[in-house]
Amino acid sequence: MFRYIAPLIAVVLLIGFLVIGLTRGDPRALPSPFIGKPAPQFELPTLKDPEVTIGSKDLAGKFSLVNVWATWCAGCRAEHGFLLDLAAQGSIPIYGINWRDTRPKALQWIAQLGDPYVASAYDETGRVGIDWGVYGAPESFLVSADGVVLHKHLGPLSREAWEQDFLPLIEAGGASR
Amino acid sequence: MKRWLIMLVAALSVSPVAAIDTGKAFDDPELQARYEKLISEVRCLKCQNQSIKDSNVFLAADLRREIRRLIAEGKTDAEIVDFLVTRYGEFALYRPRTSGKTLVLWIAPFLLVLLGGFALYRVVRHRMSLPIDEAPSEGGTE
Repeated sequence: MFRYIAPLIAVVLLIGFLVIGLTRGDPRALPSPFIGKPAPQFELPTLKDPEVTIGSKDLAGKFSLVNVWATWCAGCRAEHGFLLDLAAQGSIPIYGINWRDTRPKALQWIAQLGDPYVASAYDETGRVGIDWGVYGAPESFLVSADGVVLHKHLGPLSREAWEQDFLPLIEAGGASR
Repeated sequence: MKRWLIMLVAALSVSPVAAIDTGKAFDDPELQARYEKLISEVRCLKCQNQSIKDSNVFLAADLRREIRRLIAEGKTDAEIVDFLVTRYGEFALYRPRTSGKTLVLWIAPFLLVLLGGFALYRVVRHRMSLPIDEAPSEGGTE
């Protein structure tokens, strides 16, 4: 009996692993180690005015969306329309981290396509990007009022992703406060 | 045949590392060795399946710069690995550390070998217990 059942179990196990592996979704999407942990501290000059800095202190006390973007990033162009809609709604402040970009290009982008950001931090060297575990723009982080990362979205943000992944977290957080 | 051999030798003698960061990061050979070992064990998150030593994507260059900075600041290898794991997770390491989460990666191969050995043992034992002159008659041609 054992000689028939053992191989069967082995094959079923292998198929199980295969199915998990194939249906896991995007294999490039990595879980962020920051979920549920305090957002990394940062302070950077703003994109618009190098004399003014923006950082963790500006995020404190409210839900905020931190969006990592760059002009060389095609996905950022794709999500820009949604970010503008979201900003127009006024339900959550959006902070940008302009990552590994050049100031003139980034300013031109905002002038041409519109500016959904309360402010954008200018991370020319990518130092802050590394602190936030960024590995490909666009990436968006939902940060709670007490500075905890609740969710990280990889790739272009969309209304569907917003309603599915972000809104429930915001509503849950708002109710408990 | 000889031409193939020459081409093979030529292809193997090209060092792929020479393409990136040709200059030495440290004058001290000990620090340089640590640096090279670290960057060859860190995955390039943007170009998965390459280490940051082999990739010239800017994220890999940024991470190499950070590792250089940390080594220069006198951080230990363990502290540098911690720095990377807190930001990018265990996945950033090609040699995952032994911890609760990665234990299965470390013991699964040995378990599988044991399991295979056990199965082999059972089969061989079974075969040995068969009467010798009965085995060929299974074909039924005689």
